Amino acid sequence: MTEHHQHHIKLPEGSIEKQTTTLNMGPTHPATHGVFQNIMELDGERIVSAEQTVGYIHRAFEKLAERRPLNQVTPITDRLNYCSSPINNIGWHLTCEKLLNVQTPKRVDYLRVIIMELARIADHLICNSIMGVDTGAYTGFMYIMQYRELIYEIYEEVCGSRLTTNIGRIGGFERDFSNTAFTKLEKFLKEYPAALRELENLFTRNRIFMDRTIGAGPISAERALNYGFTGPNLRAAGVDYDVRVHTPYSSYEDFDFKVPVGTTGDSYDRFLVRNGEMWESLSIINQAYQKVQGFKGTDADVYHADVPEYYLPKKEDVYTKMEALIWHFKIVMGEVEMPKGEVYSAVEGGNGELGFYLISDGGRTPFRLHFRRPSFIYYQAYSELVVGGMLSDAIVVMSSLNLIAGELDA
Amino acid sequence: MALTNEHVQQRLSEKFGTVVSNFEEPYGMLSFEVEKDQNLKVLQFLHDEADLGFQFLTDLCAVNYPDQVGRELAVVYHLHNLKDNLRIRFKVFAPVAQPDVFTATKLYSAANWMERETYDFFGVNFVGHPNLKRILNVDEMDYFPLRKEFPLEDQTRIDKDDQMFGRG
Repeated sequence: MTEHHQHHIKLPEGSIEKQTTTLNMGPTHPATHGVFQNIMELDGERIVSAEQTVGYIHRAFEKLAERRPLNQVTPITDRLNYCSSPINNIGWHLTCEKLLNVQTPKRVDYLRVIIMELARIADHLICNSIMGVDTGAYTGFMYIMQYRELIYEIYEEVCGSRLTTNIGRIGGFERDFSNTAFTKLEKFLKEYPAALRELENLFTRNRIFMDRTIGAGPISAERALNYGFTGPNLRAAGVDYDVRVHTPYSSYEDFDFKVPVGTTGDSYDRFLVRNGEMWESLSIINQAYQKVQGFKGTDADVYHADVPEYYLPKKEDVYTKMEALIWHFKIVMGEVEMPKGEVYSAVEGGNGELGFYLISDGGRTPFRLHFRRPSFIYYQAYSELVVGGMLSDAIVVMSSLNLIAGELDA
Repeated sequence: MALTNEHVQQRLSEKFGTVVSNFEEPYGMLSFEVEKDQNLKVLQFLHDEADLGFQFLTDLCAVNYPDQVGRELAVVYHLHNLKDNLRIRFKVFAPVAQPDVFTATKLYSAANWMERETYDFFGVNFVGHPNLKRILNVDEMDYFPLRKEFPLEDQTRIDKDDQMFGRG
């Protein structure tokens, strides 16, 4: 290289003397499973500091919601944690129902519990099998995918779509579960335990997996609480806080289930807690399905509450009854005034406490809607979790936190 | 004895007098208002007192009330006592012309990003925040989009050139 060329290479000030390396992980890196960037300062392979950048897929949901009637906000919530959309949808319906003082029938609650627990399984099985992928075991992920497919087929039977579900309505469901839905549910309940056991056999006592995850990104219970952790990540640190138990919604008080907790709050414990939760979810679904089968007579056909102002009437009623026609028109055109009030309502989402803070000024759309997104809140702890560890740990820690970019950025 | 809304209200009124006001219980959750400059003292009190123990910051966000002159911005804190399972909410009002509110980051690490988000969308200036910069929007943005003065696009507007959008 000539003198002339060397002269043109401009290195940043102080870069020759610098002892550490700056590494950008993301925004589009195969190991981030979503769009977020980490700017890491590395000393060899050890992380000296890390800074997260978020917001790449921010879609202004809170602003959009201020111009939409309640039922049109539901599709927005799909796109928060898109691995478990039904929990977001039903969490939103529960918030609206709290504001409107709607009592849902027991059968609706149980059907909702079935769907929400299926969504939790779909969410956790992705997270846990992705952890396998990030530690070098692809097989489990490919294998378990067919059970998520089965879950998605059940969604499809109930609401017609798979990923962004827009499932249910204020007051209940848009239609009753078909027989096919129940058949598919039975198939899932019969086949999934064996597959889950195999997934456990593949990872839980796997030497490589244990070495990669034990001690990776631990957090104490105090720090986790201070950081606002909720869900499996908090429970892995040993705090048994679960919204389903503390503030039961949708009749969760009728079910018998355990809350798995960990001790060290590291990636391995987060894996174990999610695994334990899948077993509990299976048990809850079984109980709920039994309860649903227990309804007799007209109770067995109930799938929504009586809320004419918000629940679309049957099409044949729209054609034959004046009242139904009026409500149909008002709901579709978004012309229903809601009561004034302030509500905070939370559900146990796939990642923790998913809260909805809704302020209504008595208009047709929310005056203000704020989503408490668990991923957004606990991702700020990421730098504390990975600093001092190896770069390869940072990747495992990220997948064990189950970060969902959609939820992060709202 | 489980913690009750009445007890929290009584303890706050004893300690802070008129600094805390407007106690309400919408949908069962104790809600009140705190004077702007006292928010940290109230937070600290709720956090540290053994019988209150609100050590979990559930949520922090802001609301814009354009019609309330001199108190256009409200910062809303949702706190949770996990042991007794009680949630409370309080609001701090600040004028939009000078929206300075003390940061809660020293007390709750979780407040860091929540306050950055609130700054990003409402322009609330959290005094003492270690890194108060935009988080979800681009750094170059020069307005605070969730304030009511920025309405969403009028869906009935007709002044758009269809050709620019691949139509017509």
